[in-house]
Amino acid sequence: MNSMEKDTRLIGREALAKLFAQWLGEGRRILAPRRNGDKVDFAEVETPGEVSLDPVQTGQSPKGALFPRVEELFSFPSRDGRVELRERDLAALKPTVVFGLRPCDAAALAALAAIFNWDSADALFSARLAALTTVGVACNRCDEYCFCTSLGGGPGATTGSDILLTDMGGGEYLAEVISEKGRQAIQGAGTLFQPALGKDKESRLARVEKAFDLDKVKPALEALFDDEAFWVEQSLRCLGCGACAYVCPTCACFDIQDENGRRLRCWDSCGFGLFTLHTSGHNPRPLQSQRWRQRLMHKFAYMPERQSVLGCVGCGRCSRACPVDMNILEHLRAVAEAKP
Amino acid sequence: MTTVDVFKPFLMRIDKVTEETPDVRTLRLAFQDEQEGRGFTFRTGQFGEYSVFGEGECTFCIASPPTRQGYIECTFRKAGRVTGALADLEAGETIGFRGPYGNVFPIDEWEKKSLLFIAGGIALPPMRSVIWNVLDLRDRYRDITIVYGARTVADLVYKSELAEWEKRPDVRLVTTVDPGGETPDWKGEIGFVPAVLDKLAPASRDTLAVVCGPPVMIKFTFPVLARLGFAPEKIFTTLENRMKCGVGKCGRCNVGKHFVCKDGPVFTFAQLKEMPQEY
Repeated sequence: MNSMEKDTRLIGREALAKLFAQWLGEGRRILAPRRNGDKVDFAEVETPGEVSLDPVQTGQSPKGALFPRVEELFSFPSRDGRVELRERDLAALKPTVVFGLRPCDAAALAALAAIFNWDSADALFSARLAALTTVGVACNRCDEYCFCTSLGGGPGATTGSDILLTDMGGGEYLAEVISEKGRQAIQGAGTLFQPALGKDKESRLARVEKAFDLDKVKPALEALFDDEAFWVEQSLRCLGCGACAYVCPTCACFDIQDENGRRLRCWDSCGFGLFTLHTSGHNPRPLQSQRWRQRLMHKFAYMPERQSVLGCVGCGRCSRACPVDMNILEHLRAVAEAKP
Repeated sequence: MTTVDVFKPFLMRIDKVTEETPDVRTLRLAFQDEQEGRGFTFRTGQFGEYSVFGEGECTFCIASPPTRQGYIECTFRKAGRVTGALADLEAGETIGFRGPYGNVFPIDEWEKKSLLFIAGGIALPPMRSVIWNVLDLRDRYRDITIVYGARTVADLVYKSELAEWEKRPDVRLVTTVDPGGETPDWKGEIGFVPAVLDKLAPASRDTLAVVCGPPVMIKFTFPVLARLGFAPEKIFTTLENRMKCGVGKCGRCNVGKHFVCKDGPVFTFAQLKEMPQEY
């Protein structure tokens, strides 16, 4: 909220535990990075002690809080052979705090909202978004897959966070209250915070070097569209496994399937050969190279043009997850530097 | 807001089943809730998502014209899971329908013009909506010519309507079947649609062409139309791509930056020339 005065405070780890308890008392659920074996992913927690902020990035993005991997759109119980439609009770969706998401994941919410609501509002998505409060944690560290700064983001960027915390060391967090939702999330918790007293987060932030010139990417993609050889070379390794889409915080392509009396919306991926296959056997994108091109075009050309938002935030998850080590950063660099 | 609005279908009662060919059938659908039915409007060219509960949804155009109220019709070939299930249903049973989606044939802009309809096989249904729409407003249009081809005589859909159009003095109907697809008593043409069109050589002056058919027919029909003098912006077609949502969200029907479900399904050949070959 630009209209708000910059509201920066300090909160300690013990006070944070009390804030968690307050949220639970208000009937919210808290999703935060939680360790499960060798994986750290967003899961329900009750105390800050359960939260694991050690990894640079969680394996899965927090998009499931808004767009679950599988969700019921409605059910159709059959009674005496008559079909009856039973709608979801959107009021029953639990208010949720997503805690510990990185600034890139917070920025991804705008891309998701653009996909679901660009033309008409998606009821389930919008209800979940309305009930969601984001408490981001700035990045003290990054790795070679991070490239948020190349896309206009940054390790301390506040976009999409209702509150952004920065670990200042010594068990203290700098808390920036960004939005009205953020203000509501700490209502009545004023005594848990101390004044920030001129403390500054900049020195605590990771340094993510800019890796390519974003302005070059969209025109280059458009110029390269028909350059088959380029796309074949770029996608030669791609297995079409879809892992990149599943871990991506902005990928939102979905399938609709019926199962057990329910109509379900499920994650899907443009990398799958079946994605566009017609019943007749005709496939408008029969080659993996065309599907890889679609992935980049959608995120870096179509979405900016149609929905005025980039479909990528530079979190690097797709590159970390890729079983054949395709690094999207290298592919974008190749696009930006290609001479078609 | 307590409804999952856009994905919740209307419940439709199957009022009539017409077997068009051994694997193509037409369903006439009426709104189970009459009030919903009265509030429902659509325009020719639009499509919808039809569902068999428990099997899923599939996408077809609305094959009836908006000038015939109180019902909608769809025509489909039994091919996959959902169409297979639709093919097993009988009159009186319930299916889901959501729509109408997509853009329309701009028939208001076509007034006082001649119209040339060219369809192949199972692509007559989307064109049947617009053909009946203009025939129901017949005095607003000049000459109406319909060229329709199928692989075999058995594969021609809407046979009783073809007979009706054949008899009308204000419609010129040319039917054709692929070589080898004729029966001993076949009186129509024998040959592929583009060749039959070439021979027919309809005038292009003040005429709009509407072309629907399999990709290979479209590919060879456009050059014939160009030779006959049809400008690309005077040729209309309706695209079909795999869809799930129908409303611009699920991410699979796009042709380049264009959503078939939102920007189409109706496009002019002039638009197609600017679009990548992703259909």
